[in-house]
Amino acid sequence: MHRVLQQPFKTAVLVLVWGWLLFLVLTPNLLVVGASVMTRDPGTFISLPLNLDAYRQLFDPLYLDVFLHSLYMAAMTTLVCLLIGYPFAWSLSKVGKQRQLLLIFLLIVPFWTNSLVRTYALKLILATNGLLNSALMPLGLIDEPLKLLYTEGAVIIGLVYLLLPFMILPLYSVFEDLRQELLLASHDLGAGRLSTFIHVIVPLTLPGVLAGVMLVLLPAMGLFFVPDILGGSRNLLVGNVIKNQFLDARNWPFGAAASIVLTVTMAFLMFAHRLSKRRLGEEGG
Amino acid sequence: MTRWLPRTYLALVYLLVYLPILVLVVFSFNESRTGYSWEGLSLRWYESLFNNRAMVGAMWNSLWLALSAATVSTVIGGLTALALHRYRFRGKKLLNGMLFVVMMSPEIVLAISLLALFLLVGLQLGYVSLLLAHVTFCLPFVVITVMARLSGFDDSLPEAARDLGASDFTMTRTVLIPVIMPALLAGWLLGFTLSLDDVVVSTFVSGPSYEILPLRIYSMVRVGLKPEVNALGTLLLVFSLVMLMLSQWILIRSKR
Amino acid sequence: MKKTLLSLKNVSKAFAGKTVLDSLDLDILDGEFITLLGPSGCGKTTLLRLMAGFEQPDVGSVTLSGHDITHTPPEYRPLNTVFQNYALFPHMSVYDNVAYGLKMEKRPKGEIRQRVDEVLAMVQLQDFARRKPHQLSGGQQQRVAIARAVVKRPQLLLLDEPLSALDYKLRRTMQVELKRLQRELGITFVFVTHDQEEALSMSDRVVVLKEGEVQQLGTPREIYERPANLFTARFVGETNLFPGYLDSVAADTITVDILGVSRKLQKPAFAVRNGEQVNVLLRPEDIRVLAPEDEHGLPGKIVERNYKGSTLDSVIHLEDGTEVLASEFFDEDDPTFDYKLGEPVRVSWVDGWEWLLPVELEPVAEEAEGLVADA
Repeated sequence: MHRVLQQPFKTAVLVLVWGWLLFLVLTPNLLVVGASVMTRDPGTFISLPLNLDAYRQLFDPLYLDVFLHSLYMAAMTTLVCLLIGYPFAWSLSKVGKQRQLLLIFLLIVPFWTNSLVRTYALKLILATNGLLNSALMPLGLIDEPLKLLYTEGAVIIGLVYLLLPFMILPLYSVFEDLRQELLLASHDLGAGRLSTFIHVIVPLTLPGVLAGVMLVLLPAMGLFFVPDILGGSRNLLVGNVIKNQFLDARNWPFGAAASIVLTVTMAFLMFAHRLSKRRLGEEGG
Repeated sequence: MTRWLPRTYLALVYLLVYLPILVLVVFSFNESRTGYSWEGLSLRWYESLFNNRAMVGAMWNSLWLALSAATVSTVIGGLTALALHRYRFRGKKLLNGMLFVVMMSPEIVLAISLLALFLLVGLQLGYVSLLLAHVTFCLPFVVITVMARLSGFDDSLPEAARDLGASDFTMTRTVLIPVIMPALLAGWLLGFTLSLDDVVVSTFVSGPSYEILPLRIYSMVRVGLKPEVNALGTLLLVFSLVMLMLSQWILIRSKR
Repeated sequence: MKKTLLSLKNVSKAFAGKTVLDSLDLDILDGEFITLLGPSGCGKTTLLRLMAGFEQPDVGSVTLSGHDITHTPPEYRPLNTVFQNYALFPHMSVYDNVAYGLKMEKRPKGEIRQRVDEVLAMVQLQDFARRKPHQLSGGQQQRVAIARAVVKRPQLLLLDEPLSALDYKLRRTMQVELKRLQRELGITFVFVTHDQEEALSMSDRVVVLKEGEVQQLGTPREIYERPANLFTARFVGETNLFPGYLDSVAADTITVDILGVSRKLQKPAFAVRNGEQVNVLLRPEDIRVLAPEDEHGLPGKIVERNYKGSTLDSVIHLEDGTEVLASEFFDEDDPTFDYKLGEPVRVSWVDGWEWLLPVELEPVAEEAEGLVADA
């Protein structure tokens, strides 16, 4: 008590933030875990008895298909982001310092604009009589409009468009830390371009890759508005399933179980990221 | 070849990133209703936007929510960052870890957990539930922004203030807060933008009593094309740009 | 006799189980310039932080003019600190930095203005009042830091390696400046440094610290000429250390065999017995280098010579392999005075300037070997 009075400021701040986190983070998450093992109830959303029905339902072929399809689209999104982002971050790290800052600024400007609006803008381009088709048709490249909208591809394009900066920024930061001397040293020791890439650049940028994967893969399973706008009814994400269960079907236990799948995926990715960083830290130190 | 290849590549990616935005802005001035072909310059969509009272109402609601969520999260997040930086206390790692988990969690996970909580405690879904939810997801970003600034600053500054006769509180007010002001501002701005942009969490925790802009846009763009959205998107873009410029300007000025 | 201003009694401090200060006693006298000297990690900065109130001792007490201030927060202690990196508030002008402490005392505006102007004039920065810290040079920032601390008229000024960030020439200027300030203000200065030259040239008294314990407390002259132990002898200045064998011990005098030369010396403060070995300490400037045909001294040859401007420092190997450091002032009558490597000489030293220390069982010997191996 004496110490509490001695540092009223410290105590007040800690009580405030702990209170906030316990009430608005820990308790709600425990509620979700609790809900996932309870029984669906049309009146009160959930009720006893406890059971694992919700988790069993995850393996119902109907939902398993949706989950696997969602995972596939998220994985494709991540892969495309990585394929675009890796060379991008690398190229960026080679530009002059002053221009680098400007380019990073330009990259995050769209991030500051409403993501719904940006997803909608893609619709303008991808629609059957949208910009892309009306540009390609006169050129004679295609005879009839391509069906782009409401496809799996459209969802992936939308997700890539929204999430690309989250892949590029962590990659950029590892490339920026990658000292030029290391590459010179590798060449000096007789390694060619390819072996330098495999033995030096890839291992050193791996934490950035994993951070980027983590920042892209998880949202790519949750951003339910992207399929809503671009994907139609057949290209659903885990996020759509959760949303439907909570807001429309009112099957809370199932929605909660689906959300726990996401949380477990996140925990796994975070663990992998930590591991990669620690390994690098030990080898470097 | 080593020079032009990376540059061409960068230019290409930027083109792809900016193309949809450019299309949006151009089409917001398009007379056409269908929105696919150019039928001449017009401000009619801006006009219809401002004549839409529900839309304007949602806009004000959103601005007010973003303003308050950013302010509350900057206050709490700033104080938390200070505590994490300056004090040794039990559970510090846990606190850090929890903030990190909140930041990394898919928004939808946060969204349903908050919905469950609000229904359990019987909180009416509306402004308060939105505020609590938005502050929660903004908090870690503010903490991280402020922590980054604090870690780059001389630890003896607080001691110097104490040495010259300032109490802990006075020192915080006269030295720490002014020094981390740019970071607080950046954190506030980040919170403001995150709040204004949020769809996922808001979908779950908002009620009919408090309609906000992203949800309004969401209901508009789900089906078909709505030219008003072009106009609204352009306005939001300009607004974000002005905010961003302003913050950069303040940051640069504070360095001088 | 001056009165004690600040007194530390039986002070111990450990960080994460590692002892930094060990049952340390120290009295600081009113008006003196006292320096805490020691290698990094010796506890000198922790000691200063205990005085300032940034740390509190695990055991022991700190008293200021008879009042116990062991647990008084820094803002209530009538003493101020000049920080190593100055710790100037980057968002405030020079004027506001200096005025900060007075504002905390809630002084009237007029008084603050007058006192800040005064102290800025004293450190010759009156024209820089409107500048921000980053617009000043290192030396100017240093002077602001000092002005900010002394404007509060503290009873005690604590200076934590305040000159370490400055280049050599500026450091010399600031040393003189600090001495002048201390005389003018009449404030007690507690100065922390690892630079023994700085400590000797500025202080009234020097505290030599090692591993949290006081090795010696005395005037610079005492520290240099009569070091209390081998650590002090080696840490402060260059040293020749020769083994001496006691041939006879009388009431007041002893006879010692030093490198085969028998000398009659005053009996040292520590107990000595016939036949025992002692360490004989001779500073390089006590050594005399003589011509090879001289009848005095021991034969050897020059193995190294270092031109130092005002002195010529040389290393001489005696015939038995003993290494001797000599430092000689240039003779104005002989401008060509120099040695060639390998040149034969004889070595002697001024009779009576030997300083005796008991033989210590110490790990320092390993360190010395290590140094030789490194070289």
